[in-house]
This record gives sequence, C-alpha cells and structure tokens, in this order.
Amino acid sequence: MARTQSAVRARPPRSRRVVRKRVELIVLLVPPIVLFLGFVIVPMIFAVWYSLYNWSGFGPLNDFIGTANYTGVLTGPVFHQALLHNVIIAVLSLVIQLPISIGLALLLNRRMRGRTFLRLAVFAPFVLSEATAAVMWYELLQPGGPLDALLKAAGLGGLVHYWLASTSLVLYSVFVVATWKYIGFGIVLLLAGLQGIPPELREAAAIDGATPWQLTRAITLPLLAPTIRIWIFLSVIGSLQLFDLVWIMTLGGPANASNTMLTYQYTNGVQRTQFGYGATVSVVLFVISVVFALAYQRYALRRDTAGALTRAVM
Amino acid sequence: MRGSRKPAIAAVAVAAAVTIAACSSSTSTSTSSTSASSTSSSSSTAKVTLTWWNNGNTQPLLGVWQSVAAAFHASHPNVTISVDPIQSDLFTTKMPIALKSDTPPDIFQQWGGGQEATQFTSGKLTNLSSLASSWITEVGPAAAGWQVNGQQYGIPYDQHVVGFWYRKDLFAKAGITSPPTTIAQLESDDVKLKAHGITPIALGGGSRWPDAFYWEYFAVRECSESVLQSSIKAINMTAPCFSQATKDLTAFMATSPFQGGFNATQAQTGAGSSAGLLANGKAAMELQGDWETSVVPALTSNKNIISELGWFPFPQIPGGAGAATAVLSGGDGFSCTTGAAEPACAEFLQYIDSTPVQEELVQKAGVGLPANSAAESVLTDPALQAAAKAHDTAAYDAEYFDIAFPTNQGQALDNALADFFAGQGSNSTIINSVSSSSGH
Repeated sequence: MARTQSAVRARPPRSRRVVRKRVELIVLLVPPIVLFLGFVIVPMIFAVWYSLYNWSGFGPLNDFIGTANYTGVLTGPVFHQALLHNVIIAVLSLVIQLPISIGLALLLNRRMRGRTFLRLAVFAPFVLSEATAAVMWYELLQPGGPLDALLKAAGLGGLVHYWLASTSLVLYSVFVVATWKYIGFGIVLLLAGLQGIPPELREAAAIDGATPWQLTRAITLPLLAPTIRIWIFLSVIGSLQLFDLVWIMTLGGPANASNTMLTYQYTNGVQRTQFGYGATVSVVLFVISVVFALAYQRYALRRDTAGALTRAVM
Repeated sequence: MRGSRKPAIAAVAVAAAVTIAACSSSTSTSTSSTSASSTSSSSSTAKVTLTWWNNGNTQPLLGVWQSVAAAFHASHPNVTISVDPIQSDLFTTKMPIALKSDTPPDIFQQWGGGQEATQFTSGKLTNLSSLASSWITEVGPAAAGWQVNGQQYGIPYDQHVVGFWYRKDLFAKAGITSPPTTIAQLESDDVKLKAHGITPIALGGGSRWPDAFYWEYFAVRECSESVLQSSIKAINMTAPCFSQATKDLTAFMATSPFQGGFNATQAQTGAGSSAGLLANGKAAMELQGDWETSVVPALTSNKNIISELGWFPFPQIPGGAGAATAVLSGGDGFSCTTGAAEPACAEFLQYIDSTPVQEELVQKAGVGLPANSAAESVLTDPALQAAAKAHDTAAYDAEYFDIAFPTNQGQALDNALADFFAGQGSNSTIINSVSSSSGH
C-alpha cells in the first residue's frame, strides 16, 4: 500500500517534467522552424521550380523549358564575367583586407591614448547602410569631384582617373569602397578574438625571452586562427553576394565591367521581367555558396566547430 | 525604366534600399490619406475604396495627387481613393507580384506600350474601351499608346517628348545665335562650345536609358514611319535603317560631344548627374524628356534655372527616310484592375483627364504636355511651350523603344546601347539584342 502510494506519487513529477520539456521544445523550436521553412526552404523550392520555365512574372507558369535557363546562365559570357568579378573581390578581400584587419586589430588591442575613439572611427563605416555609403562614394568619385580635387591639391594630379567610368578601373574602385565599408567589421571580430587570448600565455613567453614579433607569430596569431577562419568564411560569402554597393554606384556598368552575379541577376532577371531566368541565376548562386560553405566547414572550420556542426558533414 | 525618368529625382539610393523591401510584396507603403485599402463593394450603398499606386512619391506631384483624390471623394462620396505613392523603379518588382495576387491595386501607374502588353497577360487589367468611350477622344491619338490589341487597357494623363534642353547663356557665350537644326550644325556648334572650354552635351550614361535616346532618335530620322512601326511590332530591327542609325551614332560619338566619364554619370541624381551638369552650367545641352524642368530645380541653387533653359528638337539628318518633325515620345498613365471597382476606377481616370485637373497638373506638378490638350493653354514656360508645339505638330510620334517593345526586349536594347556607348559591342549586338527572346 505504502509502496504503491509512493510509486504513484513518484510518477507525476517525472511525467510533468517530460511534458514540460516537450512544451519547451515546441515553444522554442516551432517558430524558428516555421520561419525557416517559410522564408528559406519554400522560396528555394519555388526558385528551383521557376527556373525551369520561361516566365515573365505575369500570367500562368506554362512555358516549361527544362534546363534551357541553366544552359543560358552557365554558358553566358556576361555571367562568366560577373562570376569572375565576384571571385576577384573575394580574393582581393583575403589578400588585402585580411592583413589590414589583423594589423589594425593588433594595434587597437594595445593600450594607448584615444583607443576608444580610434576603434569607433574604424568601426563607423560599418554602421552606415550600404546605400548611404554607396551614394557618398559615388559623389566622392565623380570626375572632378572631391577625391580628384584632393589628389590635385597633393600634387598627384597624374593619378586622377575616371574611377567609375573606366571599364578597367571600376571594379577596383568598388572594391576599395567595400574595403572601407567592411574593414571595421573584421577588426571588431578580430578584437573580440584577441580578448579571448589569455594574457598569461604572452606573459609567460615574454618571461622566457620571446621578442614581440615572436609573441605575435607564435602565440597571438595561432590563437586568433579560429576567428580569422570565421572572418574568411563571412568575407567570401559576402563577396559572392555583393550587390547594394555596386548597384547604386554603377548598376554593374559601364558595359558590365563591375557586374556581380547579383547585379547580373537583377539586370537580366528582374529588370527584363525574365523571372524564370532570374530564378536560375539565384539557384546557381545558391549552389555556389552552399558548396563553398560546406567545403569550408568540412576542411577549414572542422576543428573550430567540432561536435557542434560538423558531425553531419563529416 | 521609363518611369524612372520623371520622378526619379528621389535618390537612387532610396530606390535600391527599398527594392529589397519591395520584394516582400508588402501591401502598402506610406499613405497619408484615408484608410487601409482593398475593394469592398459592401451592402447596397456600394461604397468602394480604390487603392491607387502612383509614382508621385515626391513633391509637387505627391501633393497634387492627394488633393485630386480628396476632390474626387468630395464629389463622389461613395468612392474613397487610398493614395499609395511608390518610387517608379519599384513598379518593376511590385507589379508582377501584385498582379498575381488576389488583391492587386485598383489603379496603378501605367507607361503603356509593350510593358502594358506584358502586364496584360496577367488577365487582371480592365478593358476600359467601353467604360471610357464617351470621353477618350479628349486624350486624342496619344491614347493609342495605351492599347493592347486595339483595346484600351490603360489611359494616359500626360505625354512626354524628348529633345535637346540647352543653356541660353552658354550658347550666347560661344556665339551660337540659333539652335542647330541639322546634325552637322549641332556638331559645328559643339566645336564652338569646346573652343570656349564648355562641355557641349551632358549624358547620363550610367543610368543607361539616356544613351538609348540617341540611337533611337537616329533610327527615327533614318527609318520611315511604316518601317519603324512594323519593326517595333515584329520585334525585329534588321531593316537597314537601324544599322544606318548605328553608323550615324558612331560618327556623332567620334566628335566626343559628351562630358568625360559619361559612362558613370547618372541621369538625375545629384549635382554631378547629367541634369545637374546642365543645371549648374557645366554643360551646354542635354537630350532629355520634357520632365527636365521638374528635375533640374532640385539640382542647383539657381532659382531662375528654368528660364535660363531653352529647347530645340532633335536635329534633322538630310536624306533620312523618317519625317524631320517626328518625335520620340511617351507618357504616363494608369490602368485599372478587374473587379467590382472598375466603373469607379474609369470615372476616376476620366476625372484625372478632365480639363481642371489637367490644368492643375500643368500649373502645380510641372507637367509639360497634358494628355488633354485643352489644358496646354495654361503653359507659361517658353521652352516647355516649344516642346509641346514640337509634339503637337510632329508628323508622327515614336514611342521610346524600351517601352514600345515588351519589357524583356526593351531592357535588352537599353543594355546593348549602354554597352555600345562604353565601347563594347557593335551594330549587330544592338540589332540582335531584341531578336533573341532570352539572349542574355
């Protein structure tokens, strides 16, 4: 009797706990899953579906053309050019933005006068919207505009160029603006990484007679590597999806010289109301991004995210 | 896009920033008057609320449309107009989504031509032919630009004509006494201007569509009316006169009439835009629509800028098969969508084209060529009068090609021409741009 009672009494708390856990899971997981399905998975499926049709966006979806859109995108020289531009931006980011970011982060991590102000100044461009930054730089880079005037005043008039009108320069002008805009983000990310490096390690090495250069090379940089790898990931994905800055400054022109995959998509998909074709470009961009993301997770981020994400991919 | 031409003074920045948001097909942006919308033919009183998407998102058109909507409601108490101003470029992305939905706007901005024909395939556009039969004659022959298969699926409220705007002071400075009437004269005037250190012509090549005006005007001068019409209809530009237009353009460009770096210059944004260069005396001419007078005042501190501008038609080409007085033109209008509100919508469009509203558009909104020509009498600016006269006395109109063609081909042509101006491509890339339906 007593035993039964206690057994009976023992049950409710446990089952209540199970119920509570389920409720908790439902409350926490259902909203994001619904959002993810509704705003990521379903549109993606639609995009793939649309990409198989010749469709102006109006009227029924009845002109099935199979993979013709994919053939059009993948064999189009203008798309190749746009893809190449994305790759150039990504590579330049790694080669130029990364060293600058690391250097400035190391500098700003030291105790010095005005450090807060400097950090703020470096981060400020990132806070601006891309549209604002683009309009600002569009004005600065006008022929005979402020930048040209500055160069002339400094006796460097020979360096004046048509920054946005020259087909051979425009992509690099855009890259400089992108660097100006995003360098602050990299620095803040790296500063956060630097904060996570225990000072004892550097102190111990210093006591053992390590030079500042050795401290940086043998202790700081290796311990900063996870942050750098994350930065590279974000930077490459950002480079692949570059749009706003380019669109506002150049519309991908002149003559496609600053086209990216997304400006190409907007020009040929949206503006020309070829939504099937536009969807195809989106799917191609998506596949490129996903392949990069998975490969990067698999090979570069494996150590950093071990146990969290990689189980499935490994 | 054509729509961007006039009220796109609203910075491109805004356009691009909002584009993303627009993709989400949200129902209404800011409206300052009346309630949230959707047609409701509720109960016996048949009260309706019409949602009206127009591109009057900046003053003065913004205010004029609001007062027009309020005045219409005052005289038609059962009809409420919910004004929804939207930046021109956003119509490209918003309309396909809206016309697929169950609640498209009851009235929306319509530039006619091939774009309207593209939208027509949605099956949601109201055939206004019988609803407007009693008054459509007020609009005159221009209404034909808003027909699909001979039926009126849209109705214009104003017309546009493209021609050269020029600064009288800079012409005088260079010793040019009267505007050029032939291309040869234009080229020799360019030389005179350059000799005085003045950039002859400002061109907004960064926006692409201003480039297209040149080639299209050369084609209008070189092609006969029938060839032009049949080519546009057949979406085929293989007639020799189009290639001749490319030759004319090539020869004209060889004289370097434009400002340096014109390939990156935008048309209407900021003092460095082509309109801004004209407004600030950095260039003597610009080939633009009559909407120029509503664009330039915002780009300069010169309060008298409008009176300092003159207008002359695109010069003639001796030997061209096209009429010397033919003009490149277009206009703005509205379409209605199918549903219970159709009669009210047609009445509203009639009201917009009535003389009092048309006069208000001329006097307050800078409209140069009202659809209802009775309202032209209130035009006061001599340059706009000259443009209106050229339009009214033209042998015929040719609608800007990017609107006349279906959207896909029209944009492809604009892009091919912009590439040509940037030194890429050839006559065949221009001619073939409209031939391959998805030739990207």
